[in-house]
Amino acid sequence: MKIHEYQGKAVLSSFGVPVPRGKVAYTVAEAVENAKELGLPVVVKAQIHAGGRGKAGGVKLARTADEVETVAKTMLGMVLRTHQTGPEGRVVRRLLIEQGIDLEGAREMYLAAVVDRAKGAPVIMASAQGGVEIEEVAARDPGAILKETIEPAVGFQPFQARKLAFGLGIPAAQLARASAFMQAVYRAFEAVDASMVEINPLLALRDGSLIALDAKVNFDDNALYRHPELKELRDFDEEDPLEVEASKHSLNYIKLEGGTVGCMVNGAGLAMATMDIIKLAGGSPANFLDVGGGASAEQIKNAFRILLGDREVKAVLINIFGGILRCDVLAEGVIAAVRDLGVGVPVVIRMKGNNEDKGKAMLRDSGLNFTTADDMTEAAQKVVAAAGAGQ
Amino acid sequence: MSVLVGRETRLLVQGMGKHGTFHAMGCREYGTTVVGGVTPGKGGTTVEGFPLFDSVTEAVRKTGANVSVVFVPPPGAADAIMEAADAGITLVVAITEGVPTLDMVKASAFLEGRKTRLIGPNCPGIISPAEKCKVGIMPGHIHKGGGVGVVSRSGTLTYEAVHQLTTLGIGQSTCIGIGGDPIIGTRHVDALKLFNEDPGTEAIVMIGEIGGTDEEEAAAYVRQQVKKPVVGFIAGQTAPPGRRMGHAGAIISGGKGTAEEKMKAMADAGVHVVRSPADIGATVARVLKR
Repeated sequence: MKIHEYQGKAVLSSFGVPVPRGKVAYTVAEAVENAKELGLPVVVKAQIHAGGRGKAGGVKLARTADEVETVAKTMLGMVLRTHQTGPEGRVVRRLLIEQGIDLEGAREMYLAAVVDRAKGAPVIMASAQGGVEIEEVAARDPGAILKETIEPAVGFQPFQARKLAFGLGIPAAQLARASAFMQAVYRAFEAVDASMVEINPLLALRDGSLIALDAKVNFDDNALYRHPELKELRDFDEEDPLEVEASKHSLNYIKLEGGTVGCMVNGAGLAMATMDIIKLAGGSPANFLDVGGGASAEQIKNAFRILLGDREVKAVLINIFGGILRCDVLAEGVIAAVRDLGVGVPVVIRMKGNNEDKGKAMLRDSGLNFTTADDMTEAAQKVVAAAGAGQ
Repeated sequence: MSVLVGRETRLLVQGMGKHGTFHAMGCREYGTTVVGGVTPGKGGTTVEGFPLFDSVTEAVRKTGANVSVVFVPPPGAADAIMEAADAGITLVVAITEGVPTLDMVKASAFLEGRKTRLIGPNCPGIISPAEKCKVGIMPGHIHKGGGVGVVSRSGTLTYEAVHQLTTLGIGQSTCIGIGGDPIIGTRHVDALKLFNEDPGTEAIVMIGEIGGTDEEEAAAYVRQQVKKPVVGFIAGQTAPPGRRMGHAGAIISGGKGTAEEKMKAMADAGVHVVRSPADIGATVARVLKR
């Protein structure tokens, strides 16, 4: 789960990570009020779940209350397009009003905590080259990224923080402060079950103090059950409405831009492979949809409703390998969905496995117009042809 | 021949709830020796003919269990894995989906230096068809004994590949579903080592996914060590970056873990890479000249 910058900073701050003083605003009036409370100048920052906001015009300095008002008016409701949002962009609905930080003589660095999959352990990454995308640094100068792997039994050790601090060129007089900062970041990472904490830039001010000027905190979805307070930070406006609807029915749905072939599959790997074979057949998949291993007829119907909620879908491919899920249950769900929802696009069904013959017979006897296929290639070719004909 | 599970397997089921019991019966029906289950507090009772025990240690002492399969829900799954290792179980297969990543960090550290191998979590399990041994949730009937080792990060896509093989008359030595999570026990490279050393395995099918670098690591091993033909497929060639494609581990992040990179690494290592998931079986048939 992703959260906004201001929420991430609040989480980090509660673990002792220094962040600029700031407050969220949903309206222009709130923005002005916050600015007065914090003291001018302030920085107005658009809050969306994507990076690259500064370059796209989503971060502005305001010196007076009038300037805050002007900036807030422009930003609230604007569609912000950054390299991470895609061409459709994101509507700005919240602003972070933050105290202006004196950048004179300040140094921008990078600090992050993530889980290293290959090592099976958390790793703290740091770089003296902050304020730019870490992927760019990694591509240009891999040696500029310092890494310390955490031993799970003992946690992040002071010597590791010192190694990183020296590597970043932090003066000896500031060592204790830098170490405390990094330890606080790791404490937060571990305590909230984050999948990532990224502070970029981490600012070393002229007086030597460190502050998180920006913060990205993502949570491990699997661990949210033990952090009920964090669930409230979810912002549904940042998510696709169909994806939100799908998640309510325990369906895993991801909309893909520009696709015309809706697909419904059981299992994540097979769902990805089905998208791939649609592409190979010359079509474009409209979505990823995993109905799970033990879907009921009701689930199948919900899945259909979500698929068809995407107006660009011109044909649907159902690809099910019945292991636990039986083909007759699938057929029952599909028939009920088509009858109740009045599906207006061609439906191609390919099913294999448990009770396959029974399921096929049910589809045949339903009197509804389904196209069936025996293997994935045939299914993909048929659905791509149908989607093409429907355009 | 097979790897990891076979006739000598004495299976213990951890988490004998509805789900666990259902699959315990499925394993027994397939031919696996299921010696019992563990549900703390239910020791001394039986369910569907399976004796239940309070702890894995007690179960091992009384039944000689050497393999366990974990159906314990996410909050207790990592604990169950560690309990099995502590009791001396040599192979733990964790089916549970949704285990917190930091729990797996701890469980992995706990397993370090112990003799226990972990498969999963978030996996369908492992099956050796010729020896009638199934430890997991896969449909047994699509498998057939033979000489192809299958290793995969996904569930139903593995069934699809196995079905293609069986339909073409090509049997499998052992099929290992290693799971779709970011932190897993047995990885592609580990499975490849087992198959490479197994005299009963003559060819290997490796099914990967976007995310992480396990397939690249496996490819490096294939290049250096593997003399048997390897057929590979990567799911997620059309997946957008930054989105978690169902599996927690299936995500392209920071431009890393794309299908293209993985397929290139595999092809460079001499793996027969197929672009279409429908061609896995036929490609194995071709490399085995059948």
